[in-house]
Amino acid sequence: MKCDEEIVELMHEYLDDEIEPQNEMILRDHLKSCKECETIFNEFKKTIAVVKGTSRMQSPPNFTAKVMASLPKERKKVGMQRWLRNHPLIAAASLFLVLMTGSVFSTWNQEREFSVSKQENLVIQNDTVIVPEGEVVKGDVVVRNGVLKIEGEVQGDVTIINGEKYLASAGHVTGQIEEVNEVFDWIWYHMKRIAFEVVDIFNEGEE
Amino acid sequence: MEALIKKRIKQVIKGDQDAFAEIVEIYSNGIYQLGFRMLGNRHEAEDIAQEAFIRAYVNIKSFNQDLKFSTWLYRIATNLCIDRIRKKKPDYYLDAEVSGTDGLTMYSQLASNSPLPEKELESLELQESVQKEILKLPEKYRSVIVLKYIEELSLNEISEILDLPLGTVKTRIHRGREALRQQLRYV
Ligand SMILES: [Zn+2]
Repeated sequence: MKCDEEIVELMHEYLDDEIEPQNEMILRDHLKSCKECETIFNEFKKTIAVVKGTSRMQSPPNFTAKVMASLPKERKKVGMQRWLRNHPLIAAASLFLVLMTGSVFSTWNQEREFSVSKQENLVIQNDTVIVPEGEVVKGDVVVRNGVLKIEGEVQGDVTIINGEKYLASAGHVTGQIEEVNEVFDWIWYHMKRIAFEVVDIFNEGEE
Repeated sequence: MEALIKKRIKQVIKGDQDAFAEIVEIYSNGIYQLGFRMLGNRHEAEDIAQEAFIRAYVNIKSFNQDLKFSTWLYRIATNLCIDRIRKKKPDYYLDAEVSGTDGLTMYSQLASNSPLPEKELESLELQESVQKEILKLPEKYRSVIVLKYIEELSLNEISEILDLPLGTVKTRIHRGREALRQQLRYV
């Protein structure tokens, strides 16, 4: 005998935990009297049990670390905030030294003039400094209040204070590139330099 | 748990990248599992899970914080899986089915190297057939079955994740369940 689709529908409602009490009675009564439907019902329950019974997978080892390493880099300020939080003593000591030794704020305000570190193959046009294509500039390049265009190679760190930098596709910097554009960054820049000198454990917190 | 997640999300939005690690840690198994059951092999599962977390991070500001984070994350991951299934060319599809049985290689290796109790071998074989049958389901039934029976999510959550009416989710679960019953009743 072929049973009504309705009974299978009731089975699904039951399996979804959404069956009305009176329908559940109808289903139960029917299953008692119909071997065919009872078999189908048991097959459903068994199917669900084996699907649920598949073993639970663990994500691969180091998964989180890999994800974290693939994220776009965070903004500098948060890196700094975390560094301050994790190294409050060094931070306090550096800040103290910054305020004691250099008058950071006044230098920030005074040093509004264009200046650049002296390397002979740097090309200077007004407030723009160019690392020409094909040239290799040795040593750290520091530009204040100007624009740096890197078309060749810099073998060292690049620091731009209150300025802008353009890195051409052929341009290359072997060291770190740092841009200091606000008073906040300016203090941070000084603190880092002092922190480097105070203790040599400065390797997090930055970017 | 939701409260902790919400707190971490706020930190991430403020720019504290490290706060995201805990979120990844909490959901990594679930998302990886989803990828494995949807795509059938570990490599693609890891790939898709990584991409899902990266997308969640990049788009975190567009996450509506009144909603459940897991629903949003599962939506990203499920969509990535479905896209990938649709993009698979037939020959590649066949490949995936073969590599999808990498438990089977594990099974044969285990069988040859270390004598396992009969029962465990049986259960490995069973695991294999279940995985194979899930992978044979068309993607629209596969996703609801995996979300319901592997990830153990409610019908309402599934409807939100897939952005489908509850009725459609139910119909798909019924069809998927029926297809699996036909294939698995004699295992
Ligand atoms: Zn019947």
